[in-house]
Amino acid sequence: MGADKYILRVEDIHKAYGDREVLKGVSFNVRKGETKVFIGPSGTGKSTLLRCINQLTLPDQGRVFLNDEEVTNSGTRINYFRQKIGMVFQNFYLFDHLTAVRNVEVALLKVKKMDAAAAREKALEELRRVGMEDWADHYPAELSGGQAQRVSIARALAMDPDVILFDEPTSALDPELTREVLEVMKNLARQGMTMLVVTHEMGFALSVANEVLFMEHGKVVERGTPAQLLNDPAFTRTKNFIGKFRDYNEE
Amino acid sequence: MDIIIILLDWIPYLFLGLLQTLGLVLASLAVGLIFGLPMALGQIYGNRLIKSVISVYVWFFRGLPVIVLLFLFFFGIFPSLNMSSVPPFVVAVVVLGLRGAAYQSQIFRGAIQSISEGQMTAARSLGMTRFQAIRHVILPQALRIALPGWSNEYPTVLTDTAICYAIGVQELLTRATYMVAQTYITMPIYLAIAGVYILLNYAGMKALNMLEKKTSIPGFGQGAL
Amino acid sequence: MDTFVFLTTILLPALFDGLIVTLELIATAAPFGLLAGIGVAVGRTYGSRWISLPLRGYVAFIKGCPLLLLLFILYFGLPSIGIRLSPFLASVIGFIFCNSAYNSEYIRGALLSVKEGQMIAAQALGMSRWQSIRYIILPQALRRAIPGMTNEFIYLIKYSSLAFMITAVELTGAGKLVATKYFLFNETFVVIAIVYLFLVTVTTVAANMLEKKFAVPT
Ligand SMILES: Nc1ncnc2c1ncn2[C@@H]1O[C@H](COP(=O)(O)OP(=O)(O)O)[C@@H](O)[C@H]1O
Ligand SMILES: [Mg+2]
Repeated sequence: MGADKYILRVEDIHKAYGDREVLKGVSFNVRKGETKVFIGPSGTGKSTLLRCINQLTLPDQGRVFLNDEEVTNSGTRINYFRQKIGMVFQNFYLFDHLTAVRNVEVALLKVKKMDAAAAREKALEELRRVGMEDWADHYPAELSGGQAQRVSIARALAMDPDVILFDEPTSALDPELTREVLEVMKNLARQGMTMLVVTHEMGFALSVANEVLFMEHGKVVERGTPAQLLNDPAFTRTKNFIGKFRDYNEE
Repeated sequence: MDIIIILLDWIPYLFLGLLQTLGLVLASLAVGLIFGLPMALGQIYGNRLIKSVISVYVWFFRGLPVIVLLFLFFFGIFPSLNMSSVPPFVVAVVVLGLRGAAYQSQIFRGAIQSISEGQMTAARSLGMTRFQAIRHVILPQALRIALPGWSNEYPTVLTDTAICYAIGVQELLTRATYMVAQTYITMPIYLAIAGVYILLNYAGMKALNMLEKKTSIPGFGQGAL
Repeated sequence: MDTFVFLTTILLPALFDGLIVTLELIATAAPFGLLAGIGVAVGRTYGSRWISLPLRGYVAFIKGCPLLLLLFILYFGLPSIGIRLSPFLASVIGFIFCNSAYNSEYIRGALLSVKEGQMIAAQALGMSRWQSIRYIILPQALRRAIPGMTNEFIYLIKYSSLAFMITAVELTGAGKLVATKYFLFNETFVVIAIVYLFLVTVTTVAANMLEKKFAVPT
C-alpha cells in the first residue's frame, strides 16, 4: 500500500506537559473520504492529539503529513496547512462580535483574500449546507448551541479543507440539539468529507465510522471497524468502556 | 559632582514641599470621604430633591478641570466671600476635597447598589430601622467592596496635587520649579521629582493593598463590582 | 464695566479663540493617544518580554508622574538637551503620552478578557497570530474598552487646560488673562465652566450612542 494513497499521516506523536505524558506515541493514516472516530475516557489525550495535528499544540516528537507534505516543523506555512485542516470545537468558539455569515466569511476575506462578493456568496452557500442560511445575520449570542455548532461547521467547510477535525462537537449540547448537529456531520461523511471525530456518540460512530480508535492513557489501545468492535471478542476494553457509557447515559 | 552638592543643599526645601503634597493628598481624601459617603447615601436613599441636587453637584465637579476649579475658588469665590487672605493651601484642600467627594460618592454609590436587596430585607425583618440596617449591614459590606475603587483615587489625587502649582501652593512641583529657576539645573531636578511622585504613588498603593487584605472577609466581595 | 458689554465684546471673543486652541489640542492628541494606546496594550499583552517590560515601565512612569510635571519636562526640560518644542507641540505630546498610557490599561484589560477560544479558533482557520489579533481579538476588546476610553477622552478635555501652564493659551488661559486684566474672575470662570461642562456632557452622550451603535448581543 503506497503512502501516496493517504491524505493524512500521523506518525508517532508524543506530548508531555511537564512530567505528565499525555500522548505516548500515536500513529494512524487516513484515506480521502474516511471518517475515523476516537473514543476513550476523558483526560486520555484525544483533544491534545487533534491539536497536535494542526499544531495548535506543538508535539514533542512525531510528524504529521498532509498530502505527503510535512505539517510539523513547517514554520509559518502552518497557516496554509491550517486552512486545509478544518477544526470544530466542543464550545464552538464562534467569533462573538461577528454575525453568522461574517463568522464564515472572515477567514475567506482575510486569509484567502477573496473579494467581498465571492466571499459572501461562498459563506451563504456553506450556511445553506448546514441549514443555517436563515440565521445568517444573527450574532452568536442569538443562536442555540446546535445552531452555533452548525455555523462553526460551515466556517470550517468554507475554507475547502482536505480534512476536518471534530473535538467532541456535541458534548455541550442537549440531546435534541445533538441530533441536528450529528445529522449535518453524517451528511458530510456521506458526501465524502474526510473527518476525524472525537465523540461519545456511539450511534454516530457505529453508523458512519470507517474505523473506531479507542484511546486510553495517551495511546490507541484498540482499533477496528464498527463491525469488529461489536462482534470480535478481542475488543474487551472498548466494549467495557462503551458499556459503562451506556449505563451512564441511561441513568 | 557639583550638581549633587547643589541638590543636597535644597533637600530640606524640597522636603517641606513633599510634606505639603502629602498634606494635600490626605486632607483632600479625607474631605472627599466625609462628604462623599453621605452623598452616596443621599443619592440612593434620599428624596427626589436631594437626589437631583447631588447629581448636579457630581456633574459639576466631575465635569471641570482642576485648574478651572482652583482659579474659580481662589480668584473668584473666596475673595467674593471676603476671604482673600485664606492661604492657597486651604483653597486647594477645599477644591480637591469637594471634587474628591464627587468622585468618591460615585464609587460608594456603585458599591452600595451592588449589595443585594435581600440584605436590607433580612435586616429589616430582624426589626432594625432603615438607618440601623444601612449602618450595620449595608455599609460594612459596601465599604469593603468600594475599597479597591477608592484606592484608585489615591494616585489620581496625588498627581492632581501638582496642579495646585497654578495658585501658588508651596507643594513639591512648585518648589521644584523655583529650584530650577534658581539653579538653572532642569532635567535632573524634574526627573528626580518625577521619581519622588512615582515612589509616593507606589508606596501609597502598597499601603492601600495591605488595608484591602486586612479588611477582607473570606469569600466575600470577589468579582463584585 | 457693564457685565453684558464685558461678556459680549471682550470675554466671549477671547474665549472663542481659546476654545479653538483647546479643540485643536484635543483633536490632535486623541487619535494618536488611541493608536498608541492600542499599540502599547497589544505589545504588553502579546509582545515578547523585551517589548512588554519597557512598555510596562512606560505606563508606570506616565501614570505615576503628574501630567503638569510631564509638560514641564517636555517644555522647560528638553531645551537643556537641545530639543525645543512649541508650547502647543509640547502639550500635544504630553497629552498623547498620558492618554495612551491610560487607554492602554483599559484596552489591555479588554484584550485579556477576550476568551481564549477566540484566538484558538482564528488560528485554526489559518490566521497568523497578528491576523487573529487584528481581526478577531482587537475588535472585541475595543468594544469593551469604549467606556474606559470615553473616560480618558473626558480627562483629556479637562487636562488640556494644563497647556496654559506652559504658555499655550487655550480656553482656560484665555479666560485667565482676560479675568486678570479686567478683574472679573467670577463671571469669567463661570462662563469657562459652562463651556467645559458642555463639552464633557456632549462627549458623554456621543459616547453612549457610539457604544450602542457598536454593541453586539451578548
Ligand atoms: N495546556 C495544558 N497544560 C497542561 N496540561 C494539559 C494541557 N492541555 C491538556 N492537558 C492535560 O493533558 C491531559 C489530556 O487532555 P486532553 O487532551 O484534553 O484529554 P481528552 O480530550 O481525552 O479529555 C489531561 O490530563 C489534561 O489535564
Ligand atoms: Mg477533550
